Amino acid sequence: MKPSKTWVIVVAVIVVLVGIRMTIGQGMARAYVERIDQSVEVKANDTHGASTEKWTEWHPVAPKKFEAAQKADPSQTKFAFSWANTIGLWLAAFFTLAIFSFLYRDNPGYRLAEAVIIGVSAAYWGVIGFWDTLVPKLFGALTPNLVHDQVLPSLPAPTNGQVVAMCFALALGLMLLMRLAPKGGWISLWPIAFIIGVTAGLKIVSHVESDLVAQSIATFKPLVQPIVSSESAQSGWMLWPTIWASFANILLVIGVLCCLTYFFFSVEHKGVAGRAARVGIMYLMITFGAAFGFTVMGRVALLAARIEFLFDDWLWLIDPAGKRIVEVASAIGSMLC
Amino acid sequence: MSKFITILEGLDRRWIFLAMAISVAGPILYIGITGKTLPETPTPTARAVYKEIEALSPGTPVLLSFDFDPASGGELTPMATSLVHQCAARGLRMVFIALWPLGPQLIDETIKRVILADYPNLKEGVDYVNLGFQSGNESVMKVMLTDFAKAFPITKNGVAVGDVVALKGIQRVDNFPLLITISAGYPGAKEWIQYVISSSGGKIKMVTGCTGVQTPGLYPYYPVQLNGLLGAIKGAAEYESLVNSSLAPKDSSAAVPAKYLEAQRRMGPQLGAHLLMIALIILGNIAFFAQRNSKVRATS
Repeated sequence: MKPSKTWVIVVAVIVVLVGIRMTIGQGMARAYVERIDQSVEVKANDTHGASTEKWTEWHPVAPKKFEAAQKADPSQTKFAFSWANTIGLWLAAFFTLAIFSFLYRDNPGYRLAEAVIIGVSAAYWGVIGFWDTLVPKLFGALTPNLVHDQVLPSLPAPTNGQVVAMCFALALGLMLLMRLAPKGGWISLWPIAFIIGVTAGLKIVSHVESDLVAQSIATFKPLVQPIVSSESAQSGWMLWPTIWASFANILLVIGVLCCLTYFFFSVEHKGVAGRAARVGIMYLMITFGAAFGFTVMGRVALLAARIEFLFDDWLWLIDPAGKRIVEVASAIGSMLC
Repeated sequence: MSKFITILEGLDRRWIFLAMAISVAGPILYIGITGKTLPETPTPTARAVYKEIEALSPGTPVLLSFDFDPASGGELTPMATSLVHQCAARGLRMVFIALWPLGPQLIDETIKRVILADYPNLKEGVDYVNLGFQSGNESVMKVMLTDFAKAFPITKNGVAVGDVVALKGIQRVDNFPLLITISAGYPGAKEWIQYVISSSGGKIKMVTGCTGVQTPGLYPYYPVQLNGLLGAIKGAAEYESLVNSSLAPKDSSAAVPAKYLEAQRRMGPQLGAHLLMIALIILGNIAFFAQRNSKVRATS
């Protein structure tokens, strides 16, 4: 795809602005780490004597700590600049901008970011599936000694029932893979039937209990809801709280009845039924509006989080957590305050 | 007027994207630079979450389920921070679990951000424990109803749950008087209500913090099946202000750490974005009615 002139100009402007930002003040987008030496005492057993295992961990740290340590002792080695974390930070910023660039139009940067997300997610799910499901549950039951010795020493030994259940699960899993075979695909229908049956069995009971019975009970509300002051219980009802609570209950009951009428198609929506159904439509519209409003709020919160990341961690324009000593923005902040 | 309507009708949607970016970025810059946040008045659902946690006596075990991943972190991380902050300040025994694969890492981050930073006297394995992720969705919940150790046999660090002091006296999930779930979808708050709360016969109470998309679907469960609800970033900001005001030392004017103001900071961009949305809806309606009137005039 040949990039348009406008697109080139937009990218060039962003690159120039970032370049200018890098030269102002302390610069931007650098990550630092703190060295923490760890050790653990290993007790003696039949095969080896007591020993001390030592290793070093590098934990992310605020630039302020690095600056302060360097100022106190320029030859210190406890805090250090981290190339790996800095590259990670720049990659995160690049991929954020690459995804946002789709709002302008489809482009190679967006497609690269999209492909990376899909690839990383698939690989992550594969790893999680192996280490968190297959190893502790399947191999832990079928080859307990191997898993206990090599991977999870604390995993409890399986019971006979668990071993039988896992053999059954393994057989079903292998049958499910027959979908990929050129012949015998019908074998996979058996485990699919099992999955559907178990899922339906689990869901029917819980849905009836929580969504049908409990919700029906919750709908039976008194149309007059007296609210009594907790401080002076003898003084009678509180007028406005009682009115509001009763009004809310009346609205709820009317809403339930009208919405049910709207979805009741055995009677033609004329006369009383028609008017009730119309009120039901209004309730539904208000519900959809509220749901849309909440969705907008959620999406804006996610957008704000990404922009905050770009301004704070990448561009160092803001510093709400006080991670840096001197900021370009702090001077402006003091002027605004 | 007609020229203005013509411009509106043919407006390139990328101008709207740009306006949205500015309306969100502007308040972030302003709040980030000045440190000022908008005032919050907690609503009954947020107050209910606070009250349920506050009603527990120190040392009571609570189950915290992190059912989300970083994709929803913008909305749910501030809730997780404040919920753990209140639980730690109250001295509750916190048992962390995750039904989403990336939950354990988010639990570790929250523990590091709140407990290790501000409550260093709390001991891992005694005052709190991270049991990690278990695959199986609802089936894990069903197993927890009969045998908690069967659902989570070892901690995230590989310690057998029988050796964990924080889990003393916990045989089933209903041994926890309160379940706190931070939920981004499936499995999440709805499944906890359907499979655990409905089956526990009222032994266990539940409060949740959830995404904006989930919130309308959870309101019907409040207050009978769900004892408290933090809906989206607004609920997080209300609850955050409630926790901050209750935990702030009375005789100190020290500023609240930035990590405990994350949700309140995000309400500024919300205001900007919502004002823009309202303006766009009004403009869209003006354009629609003007267009309809001109068509009517043309046909008559």
